[in-house]
This record gives sequence, structure tokens and C-alpha cells, in this order.
Amino acid sequence: MSSSLSVRSRAMLGVAVAALALAGCGKGGEPVAGAADAAQRVYVAPGQYDEFYFFTSGGFSGQLGVYGLPSGRLLKVLPVFSQNAENAYGYSEETKPMLNTSYGFVPWDDSHHPELSMTGGVPDGRWIFINGNNTPRVARIDLTDFTTAEIIEIPHSAGNHASPFVTENTEYSVAATRFSVPTPQADVPIASYKENFRGLLTFIKVDSATGRMKIAFQILMPGFNYDLSHSGKGPSREWSFFTSYNSEEASTLLEVNASQKDKDFIAAVHWTAAEQCVQDGKAKQVPARYAHNVMDPKSHVATSTIETSTTFLDARDCPGVVYYLPTPKSPHGVDVDPSGELIAAGGKLASVIPVHSFSKMLKAIEDKAFDGEVSGVPILKYDAVLAGEVKEPGLGPLHTEFDGKGNAYTSMFLSSEIVKWSLTDFTVLDRIPTYYSIGHLSIPGGDTKQPWGKYVVALNKITKDRYLPTGPELTQSAQLIDISGPKMQLLLDFPTIGEPHYAQAIPASLLTEKQIKTFDLATNADPYAALSESATGVTRSGRTVHVKMTSIRSHFMPDNIEGVQVGDSVYFHVTNLEQDWDVPHGFAITGLNNAELLIMPGETRTIVWVPSKVGVFPFYCTDFCSALHQEMQGWVRVSPRGSSVALVANKPAGQ
Amino acid sequence: MSRTTRVIVALAALAMAVVYVLPLWHIGLEAPQYPEGIGLYIAVDKIVGEKPQDLNSINGLNHYIGMKAIEPDDIPELRFMPKIIAGLIAAGILVAALGKRGLLAGYAVTLLLFSLAGLADFYKWSYDYGHNLDPHAAIKVPGMSYQPPLIGSKQILNFHATSWPASGGWVLIGAVGLIVALALLDYRRARVAAA
Repeated sequence: MSSSLSVRSRAMLGVAVAALALAGCGKGGEPVAGAADAAQRVYVAPGQYDEFYFFTSGGFSGQLGVYGLPSGRLLKVLPVFSQNAENAYGYSEETKPMLNTSYGFVPWDDSHHPELSMTGGVPDGRWIFINGNNTPRVARIDLTDFTTAEIIEIPHSAGNHASPFVTENTEYSVAATRFSVPTPQADVPIASYKENFRGLLTFIKVDSATGRMKIAFQILMPGFNYDLSHSGKGPSREWSFFTSYNSEEASTLLEVNASQKDKDFIAAVHWTAAEQCVQDGKAKQVPARYAHNVMDPKSHVATSTIETSTTFLDARDCPGVVYYLPTPKSPHGVDVDPSGELIAAGGKLASVIPVHSFSKMLKAIEDKAFDGEVSGVPILKYDAVLAGEVKEPGLGPLHTEFDGKGNAYTSMFLSSEIVKWSLTDFTVLDRIPTYYSIGHLSIPGGDTKQPWGKYVVALNKITKDRYLPTGPELTQSAQLIDISGPKMQLLLDFPTIGEPHYAQAIPASLLTEKQIKTFDLATNADPYAALSESATGVTRSGRTVHVKMTSIRSHFMPDNIEGVQVGDSVYFHVTNLEQDWDVPHGFAITGLNNAELLIMPGETRTIVWVPSKVGVFPFYCTDFCSALHQEMQGWVRVSPRGSSVALVANKPAGQ
Repeated sequence: MSRTTRVIVALAALAMAVVYVLPLWHIGLEAPQYPEGIGLYIAVDKIVGEKPQDLNSINGLNHYIGMKAIEPDDIPELRFMPKIIAGLIAAGILVAALGKRGLLAGYAVTLLLFSLAGLADFYKWSYDYGHNLDPHAAIKVPGMSYQPPLIGSKQILNFHATSWPASGGWVLIGAVGLIVALALLDYRRARVAAA
């Protein structure tokens, strides 16, 4: 007993020594800023607001997390690509069309990169976009009510990873295919990859007034994997940059076969030249099938339209639209500094961080400083476009953002750290460990012309021992690091939903004033809305029963319904008559096979119930709304099929 | 009446016209669940929420205690008050134009009586709303009534209720006060002159 204890304590000692050794470079449970000091700097007093909204992608959850910074408090999980039973997103009749695709109803996706809309290269707080990676889609979320307003499918794409990064004035959101596939799709041998597989860089036009998206054109590219993207700004504003790997064009065991070449490419796309090319008639219309799903802002009813055509632009047909910048070893991030001149690439297997110069790139194009071509796309000479290299930055550079004070911050996946380096001489200035295996990082406005360079957040892939263990599946995590001084200081770890793949932050003041508190009941245009209790009622059409119902503290109208039969499809159209802040009502009935409704004030939501048993079944409000919430209930009488019980519902008093 | 008095009386009477655009009275409610507050503005011809939906919300809350819904269309005062105010303004201008001391005194007394009648009417309505409750109400507190204060503040269950003149009301009070003061001054001046 005692010997086993001593073995254990020796093992503990070993861990302690290791911890001490790491403490020298800033490890430990203690934040490097000092616990008390760090606690004060992330403390947001009860009732006070955070300084920033922080939007994290939900990764494989398909949703968008909304947090406050610096507290790291979770404010909302905003459903985008995945059904959400707690408010019936993707279950209610009004929202189901949002998840329609050319593959049918797809109730899930893998969401990676939130991207705030911009005006003049700075976030304007109108919308946030996020990509669906698996079934290629881009969603637009309205930041006045924090709901998904639109989802567009990307035709002919496979793995929409380099997306949905926007241009300086949100003229376009981009969507580049991660997996090259036969384009258009075809039944061909996988071994015919080099011959048949192509990549696609899609430009989605965003209407400047409404935000409405439209596939503008898709550029056919060599069959590489297109990984990440950023658009230029300032002098480079008419260009978008895409990293690519697998320039080996391997189709099996990519981990080795796509890692053979010293250099892969960044594709530089001159999108105004591409527009010209389309105007000049060099593009061609190609058949396609893709869903375009829009939530109507008046009725809050979504519609899904299947589009049947898209515009292809072959890079070979339009010289001057695309150039390749050689970039070491399977680059991931491609990040343009606030001035628009420097383009940092994170070659995840590279030993340096190459930084390209936009002005040198233009000069190299002018001088035709080419080093061959791939499928008609000229490759610029590495030395002709290089501004400099950050030497010995660490291992596995992935993604870079900027603080607006002349510094860049790059995440290092393998050495699990953030490295701060100078944009003037490309020297490493500081480094700080992350726990563990950081992927993306995020500085508020860190990819824009005017970063709010106060914090960097590490978005980690692994948490291991950082939190109370919860079985094999552990929480995901982000880490808040202060970058206001010369040395980075770890302030806070906070858990996040899904995989916090990438995130963007915006000062809260840009959003708080325009928040909608209730939807205007008087302008509710849902075709099944009951704008008052006297407009409620029940109707039957064959085996379908429509119930127009209202909810207000603390009753439903009607709350007694008879004449429903087993096997009927009962559509409960519930309108929340409240016009008061923070008074949603819920609706649920025994045996509901899909989800409960959560109805915002002034809104109508519809759920379908198919009763399978004879009896009298209660329904009730699920969102604790008032002192008499527990009384907010009713009953539906279900009779056998073919019963003579008449379909009736009670009416408000006096009618 | 001196020339100055006549001009001031005319201007004060005209100033009363602001009640056509600014509210007379404000009733405010605050509760733990309503940190932002909800409230009503009473104007010469309408009752509106402090925020667009406040009247609805207040009616919604009041149904728990069995209070009648506040339906501005059911309050006849809101229809004839604008005409009374117009009459008072016209009378003030006439008094200033004619410049007779006795008329000014009569006008001041009329205004005072009008103000008292207005307050009494407000009291009557609020008493009715606060006491005349539906016996089937969900929340019944023995001995409890829900009349807001005539003026000032009062705790009513979880709500802190306030009742104060609003901007238009203050202008009206100022105008009436000024005219009454001028009438008194004019009366004293006349007595001094007579002695």
C-alpha cells in the first residue's frame, strides 16, 4: 500500500517537475498575466456587457457560437446548418426549406469560417457569413435578429472550405472547393484524377442593400485542393487569394502523396478582370442544380428554389485573371495585412513563413517573371514576389492575423504556440504556448484594414487536461491572450461548442443598438398567422388539420380542440401575440415526433403533429413565460379514424 | 391691464397649444422583470405607450389582476378635451385683446377650475381602473387595489409606479400659473392704485 503510494507520489513529482519546466515558458494553471490581474482583466461585472461579440464556428456542430469577450461567456448557439430541436429550426414548416439542397434535406453541416460583412475594409455589423464544408453551402446571418437569413448551395463544388471570405465592400463572398472532383460530376475512374478532376473558385455576388446572394461566376482551375482564402484590401482590393495543396494531384494517401513538392501555390485571382471576362462573353453557362434558400423578412417563412444554371470561367480562356504564387509546403492560411501590401502564407509543413509582396507581384506580372505554368495559369517566380521570410517561427504555421500596430500573429499547430512577428523586418518578437494544438487564431478585426488589436484568441483543437474531464469526449476550447503590450499574456481559457474552427469578433457597440427586441405583430405576413384571438380556428382538408392558434401570457387560444383523428397531420400554427421584450412562448404536445416550437413575440411558427393514439392529449408552453406559465396549457381530443366527432375549437369569450 | 400683462397673457394662452403635440402626463412602471421600465403617456387626445408596445404590455399585465384593458377609444374626455383647450386659448387671447381686469380674474379662476376638474377626472378614471376589478382575476390580493398615485410614486405589488406631469403638462401648469400670478398682481396693483 505504502509502496504503491510512493510510486504514485513519485509519478506526481515527475508531473510537477514537468509542469515547473513548462512554467518557465508560461505554462500552468496560472495565466501568465498573474491570476488576480488576469481575473480582473476578463471580469465583466454582473449586469455589465462584454466589449466584443465573438462569433465562433461550431465546426462539426454546423452552428455558430456567440460569446462575449473578454469574459468568454456563451450568449447563444445560433442554428445555421443543423436542425435545432430547442427552437424547431429545421423542423418547423417555416424553417425546413432553409436546409434543402440538391441532395434533398441535409440537416447538418460542418461549419468552419465565420466572416463579418465589411464596408471599406472594416466590419459593418450587418451580416455574418459562414461556410458549410460538407455539402457545399454558404449561409448569411442577419445581425439585427441573429437568425439565419439565407443559405446558398455551391454547385459543382466538393468540400466548401476556402469560404466565405468577403471582398473589401462585401461585393463578393468566395467559395473554393477543397476537394477537386470531376467537374461537372461524371462517372469516371478515380485514377483518372489528373485528366478529369478540376478545382472551382466560386464568387458569390452579395447585394449591397439586401445581402441577397447569387452565384456570379465559377473559375475552373487545376485539380488541386483549395484550402483557405482572403481577399485583398486597399491597393489589392480587386484581388482574392486562395491557398492550394496537393499540386501533386494525388488521389490516394494524400498525407504522403500530396506532401512531396517543396512548393505548392497561392492562386491570386483578379476578380475585376474576371468580371470583365464574363462581360466579354468568355464565360459559358453550364447546367447545374443547387438550392437557394431565403427566409422572407416579412413572413419569416423560408422558400427554397432549385437553380438550374451557373457561369463557368475557364482560367485558360482568360489570361490575366489567375496567377500562381509558389509557396512552401501545403499552405493553409493566406492572410493580407491591414495595408493590403503583404500576403502571409502558413505553409503547414514549412520551416519558414513566406510573406509575399502585392506590389512585387504586380511588377512580376508586368515583367512576365514566370516560372512555367499549370494548365494555362502562369506561375510567378518565388523570388520575384517574395517580400521576406520569417525564419524559425516554430512548427506548423497555419494562420496569421494582424494587430494594426505593425505586428502579425501566426498560429503554430505542431509546436502549439502563437508567434508574434514584425511586418517591417519579419523577425520573431514573442511567442506564447497554447493548450493544445492551435488551429486558427482570431484578433478582433484582425483580418481587416483596422484591427482592434487588444486580444488574440487561440482556437484549439485539443484540450486534454485543461478542464474537468467529461469522459472520452472533452470540451472544446479557446484561449484569450492580451496583446496590448510588447509581451503576449494569457488571460483566460474558456470552453466552446463544437470545434471552434475559426472566429471573428466585432465591438459590441456596432451591434447592440440595432438589435430587434420583438417582431412587429401588425406586419406579420405568415399566411397562417392569427393576429388576434378572434382570428383563431380549426379547419380540415382531407386528412390535414390546420390549427390557427395564438399564445399570450398565460393561455393559448384555442385550448380545447376536438375532432382530430388518429393519423391526421395536424399543423399547429402558433402566433405569439406578445409585443414585449424577452417573452417567447413555447409549444409542445405529447408524442410530437419532431421538435418543440419556440415562438418569438410577433412571430408565427408551425409544427406538424401526427397523433398515433386515441385519447385526450395535453399541450403546454415550454418557455417559462409568466407567473401562470404552469397554467398555460390545453387539450386535443383524438378520436379513431372515421369518427363522427366534429372538428371544433373553443373561441375567446364573447364570440 | 398693462400692455406687458396683456402680451404675456396672450403668449401664455398660446403656449397652451403645445399640449396638441406634447403629452400632458406620464405614468411609469418599473419592476424586477422590467428594468427598462414600461409606461404610458396621456395626451390631450390620446393615450400611448412610452415605447410602441407598452400599452399592449400594460393591458396584458393588468389582465392578471382583473383590471379592465385601457382602451383610449372608450374614454370620451380624449374627444372633447382638445376642443376645451382650444376654447381656453381663444378665451385667453380675447381677454388679452380686451384688456379688462375683471375678465383676467375670471379667466384665471376658469383655468384653475379647469385644472382641478382635470385632476379630479384623472383620479376618477384611475380609481375606476384600480378598484373595479374582475372577480375572476387570476391574482386576487385581499384588500389590494391598483390605483396609480395621482401624483408622485407608489409601490404596487412588484411594480414601482410613478405619476408625474409630462412635458406638455408642465407647459400647461406654467401657463396657468403665470396667468393666475398676473391676475393676482393686477388685482393688487389695482388695490394699491385705489388706495
